[in-house]
Amino acid sequence: MLISDIQTVLPEIFLAVVGMGLLIYGVFIGDKSMRQVSWLTVFALITAAAMLYVFGSTGEPEIAMNGLFISDAFAHYAKLFILLGAALAVVMSVDFMEREQIIRFEFPILILYASLGMMMMVSANDLMSLYIALELQSLPLYVVASIRRDSLRSTEAGLKYFVLGALSSGMLLYGCSMIYGFTGSTNFDAIAAAVAAGGVSTGLVIGIVFLMAGLAFKVSAAPFHMWTPDVYEGAPTPVTALFAVAPKIAAIALFSRVMISPFGEAIEAWQQVVILISILSMALGSIAAIAQTNIKRLMAYSSIGHMGFALVGLAAGTETGIRGVMIYMAIYLFMNVGTFAIILSMRQQGRMVEGINDLAGLSKTSPGMALALTIFMFSMAGIPPLAGFFSKLYVFSAAIEAGLVTLAILGVIASVIGAFYYLRIIKVMYFDAPVEPIDDDMPRETKAIMAVTAFVTLFFFIWPSPIVDGAAQAASVLFGG
Amino acid sequence: MSIYALIVLLPLIGAFIAGFFGRSIGDRASQIVTCAGMAGALILSIMVFVQVALGGDAFTIRLFTWVISGDFVVDWALRFDTLTAVMLIVVNGVSTMVHVYSIGYMSHDDAKPRFMAYLSLFTFFMLMLVTADNLLQLFFGWEGVGLASYLLIGFWYHKDSANAAAMKAFIVNRVGDVGFALGIMAIFFLFGTVSFDEIFARAPEMVGQQFSFIGIEADALTIAAILLFIGAMGKSAQFMLHTWLPDAMEGPTPVSALIHAATMVTAGVFLVCRMSPLFEYAPLALDIVAFVGATTAIFAATVGLTQFDIKRVIAYSTCSQLGYMFFAAGVSAYGAAMFHLFTHAFFKALLFLGAGAVIHAMSDEQDMRKMGGIWKKIPITYAMMWIGSLALAGVPFFAGMYSKDIVIEAAYAAHSTIGQYAFWMGVIAAFLTAFYSWRLIIMTFHGKPRASAEVMSHIHESPNVMLIPLYVLAVGAVFSGYLGYGYFVGDEREAFWGASLFVLNDTIEAAHHVPLWVKLLPIVVGLVGIGFAYVCYMFFPIIPAISSSLFGPIYRFFYNKWYFDELYDRIFVKPSLYLGFGFWKAGDGNLIDGVGPDGVAGLTKDLSGWVSRLQSGYLYHYAFVMLVGVVIFITWYLLTLAG
Repeated sequence: MLISDIQTVLPEIFLAVVGMGLLIYGVFIGDKSMRQVSWLTVFALITAAAMLYVFGSTGEPEIAMNGLFISDAFAHYAKLFILLGAALAVVMSVDFMEREQIIRFEFPILILYASLGMMMMVSANDLMSLYIALELQSLPLYVVASIRRDSLRSTEAGLKYFVLGALSSGMLLYGCSMIYGFTGSTNFDAIAAAVAAGGVSTGLVIGIVFLMAGLAFKVSAAPFHMWTPDVYEGAPTPVTALFAVAPKIAAIALFSRVMISPFGEAIEAWQQVVILISILSMALGSIAAIAQTNIKRLMAYSSIGHMGFALVGLAAGTETGIRGVMIYMAIYLFMNVGTFAIILSMRQQGRMVEGINDLAGLSKTSPGMALALTIFMFSMAGIPPLAGFFSKLYVFSAAIEAGLVTLAILGVIASVIGAFYYLRIIKVMYFDAPVEPIDDDMPRETKAIMAVTAFVTLFFFIWPSPIVDGAAQAASVLFGG
Repeated sequence: MSIYALIVLLPLIGAFIAGFFGRSIGDRASQIVTCAGMAGALILSIMVFVQVALGGDAFTIRLFTWVISGDFVVDWALRFDTLTAVMLIVVNGVSTMVHVYSIGYMSHDDAKPRFMAYLSLFTFFMLMLVTADNLLQLFFGWEGVGLASYLLIGFWYHKDSANAAAMKAFIVNRVGDVGFALGIMAIFFLFGTVSFDEIFARAPEMVGQQFSFIGIEADALTIAAILLFIGAMGKSAQFMLHTWLPDAMEGPTPVSALIHAATMVTAGVFLVCRMSPLFEYAPLALDIVAFVGATTAIFAATVGLTQFDIKRVIAYSTCSQLGYMFFAAGVSAYGAAMFHLFTHAFFKALLFLGAGAVIHAMSDEQDMRKMGGIWKKIPITYAMMWIGSLALAGVPFFAGMYSKDIVIEAAYAAHSTIGQYAFWMGVIAAFLTAFYSWRLIIMTFHGKPRASAEVMSHIHESPNVMLIPLYVLAVGAVFSGYLGYGYFVGDEREAFWGASLFVLNDTIEAAHHVPLWVKLLPIVVGLVGIGFAYVCYMFFPIIPAISSSLFGPIYRFFYNKWYFDELYDRIFVKPSLYLGFGFWKAGDGNLIDGVGPDGVAGLTKDLSGWVSRLQSGYLYHYAFVMLVGVVIFITWYLLTLAG
């Protein structure tokens, strides 16, 4: 291993080491160290994000670890938002976990390792490292899903996630072996060369489809989404908040890299499948959400739908398409973190509530919260000039540029249907009479997160260039530009 | 631009000021502004009459071009010929009186400026109609008076019956207006212009021209004339399109006097006279005009016999008299038609305003069965009603005699089947007219008081502001016939009318040479009718009761206005309602909403429930879906791409 390799992988190494250190610290101090460990984790995640730019500011692709690991602008961009999402999830969890008496110092450390796995996912340049990264991400998540060991729903959620995750890993591995068999390599560059030279054989396509099934499971796209509502509902809310954001960004980024880097030449082989997954996800996310009464389940379907929209950009298979995906995920992060900040604060007389109808009359009891949630819901519904409108605009225009007009139209229809349940939440907040008010004791950090994310969502259109330019750079590097 | 343009503009200015600034300038100022505007217009109208009708100096004021669209050019122009001048006197004369009268009549109303503004607005549109130099401008005025009529009938908008009557007037007129609009289009199609001068100049060339109308090859001029006449029928409440006029009595009484007696309803007669150069070359159309007019005259008179609402009796009387005017026009006696229009405007406005004074005195009571025995309490009104009725019944030396007699004589002199029909219908209707006029007078003023003591104690003569207009109109009702006879239908008629009327066969000349019995018959039947009314209602009041039970079916037929309302309700209104209801419920509700928004929404909701049920919670279901998904994707690929 060369020194330059270490420099390239430094943020990951840093996180791994800090994680171990925190583990030892936690074991010494015990569960009461959770608050400290949490904040240290947040600090570590932010430091790692800073290191990305200190040591890899050029954004040029740097291959390390014998071709297993790649660091480029695309990875940086995705990692930045992964780390941000994970850090925010940890911040929001601290107060919640204490209140709910789930005081375990391992919780932030598990999230830290999951984040490490996600970072490795987006930097994977080989089927082997891809699988390892995926498992490193998944295993801590299985655990945190069932972190509330004495709750039936939490453990059920963890178990379901684990079993289905194992199934998807199996499929993914099977796909990897097929690809290896038909191209003779696990390295992305080598596979790309093989595809360019030898064309796409049926066996390779079957391998790609299995690989995509595994990845689609991770982004919770239909028809591999079935775990999502149950896990979202069953897991403790901060875990759900994490699930909804960071792993999604990582998985979508990985999905994009795998489709574009090694299989960019084989676009005919996977485009149809991505389109199909995308349509199914958009339709299902929009339609199934309407019947939900639990807001966490609703957010599960919402995220399925959003993944469908993001995949529209991937289906385009072009640079603007990938740019759209990356913009979509960045905006998705702000909208979702903000929404979960509010869901985390839904308490009536100290008791957690999750029903949509519990929000009735929120505009009167907590106008600030209601306003923020209104911004998020309008944005998710894609109403201009909020950020959510632009995220959809970028992916749809990319799809139309790529000639996928039908897909774009179906996407718009799904978005109209989806608008129903987002608007219903607003209606419930503003027009229904309150039954029991929501407690007005939001922790300071959560309140700050809610305010900042609402601000970003609301005023994205004034200064979109940080997100849009970053995404453009990320996309261009993926296409070798 | 001549000062005479002010004739049209003054009422508009009055309406504008009273309508938009009525609240800020107050009731009194609104009344003064509108009345002053009308007075100014009346004075100018008299000057025009002297210059144009008596001096024989017709002229046209071109204001500006309205529409240029290819060959279609329309000007705003004010045409002043004798026909217009006569109408100006009628319109501005009656309108001024009604404006003044309204100051008194509407003294208890809260919306005086609005009322005055509407009256002036109506007058403006009516003046646009009569001064029009082309069909489109005439149509503008035509629709405008329809609008003003609608606004005024529904003036008391808090009354449901007033709103319904306003809508009925508007909708029934729409039927006529469709005909009118089609007529204008037919004329433009034929002549390539809507300007009167050009149409009249070229009308003879068009004789024998054919064109296809709703699949029928027909004489073009006849079709155009009939279509125009359909418009006239609507506006002038002729047989079959008359149903709106009695209901229009829901409006305040001054409105009935101005719009529904003297001016707007005569617009149809004016139209036929104005288009006389066209109608003269369409004899079939003229026959239809005469037939419809004669039928209306007798029909409305029979209904008028049986009504109990004082204003409705006069309304049916108006309808009947309009019928006279039409059959006069239909036998080419346009001068006679205009003469009757002229005299009728005075005595009918007088009758309406008199009836208004009675209603005002009786605390807004309109049912004659609740009146009676009041003639001593309101002697001036009583006298005015007598004068109006004498004129209406055609008693010698009152205005009505001169005009009605010449109309009836002209019908006889036409020497045609239609003419004979019109003659006899006219004579019978004259009898009925006299009869119901005195039935009205006797029921209203004589006999025992049938109103409550409280109402009786309030009965009072109207204030001067209401009486003075009555005097003015009474003068007209007495002298207008005698004074006008020579000009309108007498020896000076050709110089008087000039080029404004056109006849091929001068029926009026023939009318002067009819047998003596023809000349005397209308007067005799009129006097007999008056006497008969006295016998029936004054001396032997049992007779009406007996006869109405004896001739029960006929009485009910008349009393129910020949069942026209019921008939239309059955034929047009109900089916339209059913159709509309059907379109609403089945078409819009079930089909468009049901399949469209509601259907899609419902489907989405059902789908949603269905998809949610797929989420069973069982691991093996989930795993199964994932595997099936992969299998489908691979199959899809193998079938579409590799295959």
